Amino acid sequence: MTIPHIIEQVVFYFSAIMVVISGIMVIAQRNPVRGALALVLAFVFSAVLWILLESEFLALALIFVYVGAVMTLFLFVVMMLDMDIEPMKRNFVRYLPIGLFISVLVLAFMIYVVAPEHFGLSKYAKPLHASAAYSNVKELGHVLYTKFVYPFELAAVLLLVAMVSAISLALPVVRERKLQNPAEQVMVKREDRIRLVNVPSEKRID
Amino acid sequence: MWEKELINLVWIVVKIIIILIPILLAVAYLTYVERRVIGYMQCRIGPNRVGFMGLLQPIADAMKLLFKEIIIPAPSNRYLFIIAPILSFAPAIFVWSVIPFSQGLVLANINAGLLFVLAATSLGVYGVLVAGWASNSKYAFFGGMRAAAQIVSYEIAMGFALVGVLLAAGSMNLTTIVEHQTGGLWHWYWLPLFPLFIVYWIAGVAETNRAPFDMAEGESEIVAGFHVEYSAIAFAVFFLAEYANMILIASLATLMFLGGWLSPFQGIPVLGPALAFVPGLIWFIAKVGFFLLLYLWIRATFPRYRYDQVMRLGWKILIPVTLVWIVVVAFMVKLNLPPWFAG
Repeated sequence: MTIPHIIEQVVFYFSAIMVVISGIMVIAQRNPVRGALALVLAFVFSAVLWILLESEFLALALIFVYVGAVMTLFLFVVMMLDMDIEPMKRNFVRYLPIGLFISVLVLAFMIYVVAPEHFGLSKYAKPLHASAAYSNVKELGHVLYTKFVYPFELAAVLLLVAMVSAISLALPVVRERKLQNPAEQVMVKREDRIRLVNVPSEKRID
Repeated sequence: MWEKELINLVWIVVKIIIILIPILLAVAYLTYVERRVIGYMQCRIGPNRVGFMGLLQPIADAMKLLFKEIIIPAPSNRYLFIIAPILSFAPAIFVWSVIPFSQGLVLANINAGLLFVLAATSLGVYGVLVAGWASNSKYAFFGGMRAAAQIVSYEIAMGFALVGVLLAAGSMNLTTIVEHQTGGLWHWYWLPLFPLFIVYWIAGVAETNRAPFDMAEGESEIVAGFHVEYSAIAFAVFFLAEYANMILIASLATLMFLGGWLSPFQGIPVLGPALAFVPGLIWFIAKVGFFLLLYLWIRATFPRYRYDQVMRLGWKILIPVTLVWIVVVAFMVKLNLPPWFAG
């Protein structure tokens, strides 16, 4: 056990525990904004776990895309909602059996898949530490643009279509819109806005 | 064996302190320089009372803010209210771990340096957003909302500008990016990537919420925006984060477009060898200083943007420009255009 090894272990267990805790906080928090912030925390600690797996591209992309952009917009919306959480809690007991059933099912699946007989060191070799020259980004790019080029492009087109349709759905019809003309606004002259009038001074009335 | 590793660990901590102290000093004195420079630009003198030429002013300010009372508004969300300044300050500081100040003068020379920088700077928005919400004040909330929308929009333009750099250098390692620009003023990336350089700079000013994009503060409309409820050292931490981010954006612009620590006179017959003795760190600091001056100059010159125009500029002008120029850069790289992309 060398010191870097110990640090790695400590970081792993700390992050793993924090992912679980923040995951629980997402659903246990009474305030939806705090719940969303707990989700951010979960993302950050998952990114730490991915860094430990030496897949730094995925880890940083998780931070950049999910934490930096998606969750920011999500928080933006959640903060604007005036949500009353109490009526939603009323149905908690009613839906508890279904929820418990699903969570037990998922847990059973997980245990089945990750158990030693399917996922042990005997089945998969222990992943080795990559050398310092290894670039995760390069490897990933290489695979994406050769082996998986069609799925990759298809996913990109799908996202583009989704984006265009979202915008076209959100945009109101033309006659309801009031558009500004920025060119007109920029080109405005002093004479367009100000009218100088010469008011003759009145005679004093004594 | 373990003694050696322990010494290594202590050495890393010492290095962190060596990087951190000059940055905090630079942040403190940037506030002083800002007040002096903008003062002169507006035909005033600026602070000149505390110490020689007012040089102790930042220390006096820090002392004042330290000893004031931190007021926590009763209806605020207590913990988030305290955490928010830390959330905005921490990303502004830890990004410095991957910034190379000179050849080999870097704490962590990681391969995905550029991505790390992008990821870390995108975290800064949480401080503003959380502060705006946790204050439970309408003005603070407006400020937080504005900042969130603005930073998310300009991050895209900024990211695309950096994709151009990435294409040109063929690496995400910040040291490698600088090394690819070796050889004088015209070998730097500002020339082939000129539109991206401009877009990066505008997006950088917008990301740091500086004038003319300081919509999150907008004194004339929403008092002071997201930090309106903050006082004393909590307010000062927001202030520090803003200035640390400014220095960071300036250093990144230097590394990616102005050849980092490289001498501008490299390869010029007489001047090049004559100025070869100047260490890289000096060039780096000089270039960063230039960008910081630009920040102040812009602030003293331009009036604040209107909010819808900020959005329009980001989405309808900067992003299309970057998209077009990335294709152009790809062609330049593919055609091995000299002197930047030869070989």
